[in-house]
Amino acid sequence: MSAVTVFVPRDSSALALGADEVAQAIAREAAARGAEITLVRNGSRGMFWLEPLVEVRTAAGRVAYGPVAPEDVPGLFDAGFLGGGAHALALGPTGEIPFLKRQERLTFARVGITDPLSLADYTAHEGFAGLTRALALDGAQIVREVTESGLRGRGGAAFPTGIKWQTVLNAKSPVKYVVCNADEGDSGTFSDRMAMEGDPFMLIEGMTIAGLAVGAEHGYVYVRSEYPHAIAMLEAAIDVAQAAGWLGDDIRGSGRRFRLEVRKGAGAYVCGEETALLESLEGKRGVVRAKPPLPALEGLFGKPTVINNVISLATVPLILARGAQFYRDYGMGRSRGTLPFQLAGNIRQGGLVEKAFGLTLRELLEDFGQGTRSGRPIRAVQVGGPLGAYLPVSRLDTPMDYEAFAAFGAVLGHGGIVVFDDTVDMARQARYAMAFCAIESCGKCTPCRIGSTRGVEVIDKIIAGDQPVRHVKLVRDLCDTMLGGSLCAMGGMTPYPVLSALDAFPEDFGVAVPAKAA
Amino acid sequence: MSSPSLSPSAAGALREPARAQIAAIIAARRDLPGALLPILHDIQDTVGYVPSEVLPDIARALNLSRAEVHGVVTFYHDFRERKAGRHVVRVCRAEACQSVGSEALAAHAEQAVGCAFHETTADGEFTLEPVYCLGQCACGPAVTVDGKLAGRVTPQRFDALLAACARGGEATA
Repeated sequence: MSAVTVFVPRDSSALALGADEVAQAIAREAAARGAEITLVRNGSRGMFWLEPLVEVRTAAGRVAYGPVAPEDVPGLFDAGFLGGGAHALALGPTGEIPFLKRQERLTFARVGITDPLSLADYTAHEGFAGLTRALALDGAQIVREVTESGLRGRGGAAFPTGIKWQTVLNAKSPVKYVVCNADEGDSGTFSDRMAMEGDPFMLIEGMTIAGLAVGAEHGYVYVRSEYPHAIAMLEAAIDVAQAAGWLGDDIRGSGRRFRLEVRKGAGAYVCGEETALLESLEGKRGVVRAKPPLPALEGLFGKPTVINNVISLATVPLILARGAQFYRDYGMGRSRGTLPFQLAGNIRQGGLVEKAFGLTLRELLEDFGQGTRSGRPIRAVQVGGPLGAYLPVSRLDTPMDYEAFAAFGAVLGHGGIVVFDDTVDMARQARYAMAFCAIESCGKCTPCRIGSTRGVEVIDKIIAGDQPVRHVKLVRDLCDTMLGGSLCAMGGMTPYPVLSALDAFPEDFGVAVPAKAA
Repeated sequence: MSSPSLSPSAAGALREPARAQIAAIIAARRDLPGALLPILHDIQDTVGYVPSEVLPDIARALNLSRAEVHGVVTFYHDFRERKAGRHVVRVCRAEACQSVGSEALAAHAEQAVGCAFHETTADGEFTLEPVYCLGQCACGPAVTVDGKLAGRVTPQRFDALLAACARGGEATA
C-alpha cells in the first residue's frame, strides 16, 4: 500500500491552536504503527472553529477531521482515519462542509488545498497561467484586462486597480516600482495573512504581472512585523520562484525582468496608509504624505509606483488567466468579482468566506457564522476595521457592496467583520476608537494627533456621567473636525466608529435620545 | 520638547561581541535602498534592543542626522531602547479580541505576570506588551509568548503558557 497523504495546516491560526503538536503526534503515531504517510503542511481552509483541521486523501477525495488535539491522534489511527474511517471528529468530505461548499472561491481557490511552497501543486492548480498569458501581451493590454475586470482596491479604499496601473504605465520614468501593501493592521482582517501563508506564489505572480504591465522591474512586499509566518513563507516562496525562473532577470526565457524583496514593518498601524508605508520603506518615520503628488507618479524614492493591497494583486493572476469577463460576471453594481470576507470576533463559525459581492451581512453572520460564539444575541457588528462603523442589527440586511455601505456612512473596507454580543458597552468601544487613534496617529496633522486625545478625554467624561448631553455634542463637533480636517483615513475615519456608536447606541452614552440626535 | 537625550544611561555600556556584530550589520546593509529599518531590525534581533550609543554610527553610515535616526527608532513600536525581560508576553487588545474577553484577559495577565503593560518585572523575567492585532481574529483572544502564537486563550491557558516559560522555555532573541 502506498503512502497516505495527510494534511495538517501550517497557517498561523492553525499553529496558534496547536497544529504543530498535532502534526508531530501524527508523524510519531504513524512511525510507531509502521503506517506510511506523507505529511503535507497546507494552508488553512479558513474554518477556524475546526482548526487544527486534519485532512486525509482517500479514494473518494479529501476527508476532514477536526478540531484535532494531539491526544485525539491515537484514537484517529484506531478508527482507521487513514482510510477515512468513522470517528467523533469526522466531518466527511472537506468540500461538502456547508461553510465551504456555499463559497465562491476565486482568489482563495488554492488556499488550504495545496502545499504553499510546492510549485508542482501551484502549476497543477492553474498557477502561473496568468503570468504566462501576460508575458505574451504588452503593458497596455494587461492594464486593459485588469480595468475591464472591474477590480477595485481590496485594501479598503476600493479605487479601480486598472486606473491606478494606467497612471503608472503612462508615467515616463526609467525606474518604476511595484509595492504590495501587506500591512494588514485592521483588527478583524486576516485574508492577506492567509493568502501569504497559504498561497504565496499567487502574490508573487500578481506582482510580477503588475511589473510587466507598468514597466517596473523591482517590487517590494511590505509585511507587518506581527506576521512572521507570512514573512518566512514569502521569502521561501521567492527563493523557489527565482530558482525556477519565474522571477529574476529573464522570466521563463522571455527576456523580461522582475525582482522581489520582502520588507518588514515595525509595528506602526499608520504604515498601512499607502504614503506612510512608502516613507517607511524609504527608511523614514511612517509619516503620511500630502497628496498630490499621487504615488502612481511620485511614489517610492520619488518614482512612479503601483501600490496595491495583497488581495488586489493576488486576484490579478486569475483575471489574466480566465479573462476580465469571467471575473466581472460576479458581484453587483459597481462592486465586481468576489471579496474574501473575514468573520471575526464573537462568532461561532469564524473564518474566511469568499463570496461575490451582493450577499447580505445577515447571510454571512447567520448562515455562515451561525451566530455568536458566546450564544448571546448579536448587538453590534463592526465592518471594515477599526476605522469602520459599528452597525446595529437593524442594518444586517445591507448587501455587501461598496456603495450600499457608503450610502449610510459606513465602509465595507477590507471585508473584515467583527461581531459583538449584547454584553458590549458601546461607549467603551467609541473610547477605544479614539484611544487607538491617539496611539497610532503619525502626528503630522492636528485633527488626528490632538483630536484623538481630546476625544478620549471627553468620552471619559461621558462615561463618568459628567454632563453627557453637552459632552456628546462636543464629541460630535470634534468628529466633524477630524472628518473634514485630517490628512488621511487615520484621523479622517476614526469618527466612523465613534459617530455610528453614538447614533445607534445612544443609551450606552447615558443620553436618552430625542429621536433625532444627529 | 526636550532635546533628545542620547546618554548611555538607558542602555549601559555596550560590550563585545555586540559592538562588533552591530558594526557588521551596518556594513552589510548600508547600501540597501531604505536601509534604516532593516538595520534596526537586525540589530534588535541580534542584541535584543537598539542601543542609543550606536545611533551615531548608523547615522554616519546612512548619511543621516542622529536626530533622524532617533526619530525613526522612537516612532515605531517595535524598537526597544533597552533590553526586554527574558520572556516577552504580548496580549492582543484590538476589537476582535475585545469581543471575546481580551480586556479581562489583559487584566488577568497583569496580575499573573506581575507587572503592568509596557513594563518588565523586577526580576527581569517577563516583559508585558499590548499588541494591536495578530491576525488571529477568528480565534481570539490571541497571545504570543516569546513569539509563539496561542489562540482562544482563557486565563487558565494563559497561566499554563507562563508556567511553561518558567519551566525553562527558550528566552527571546
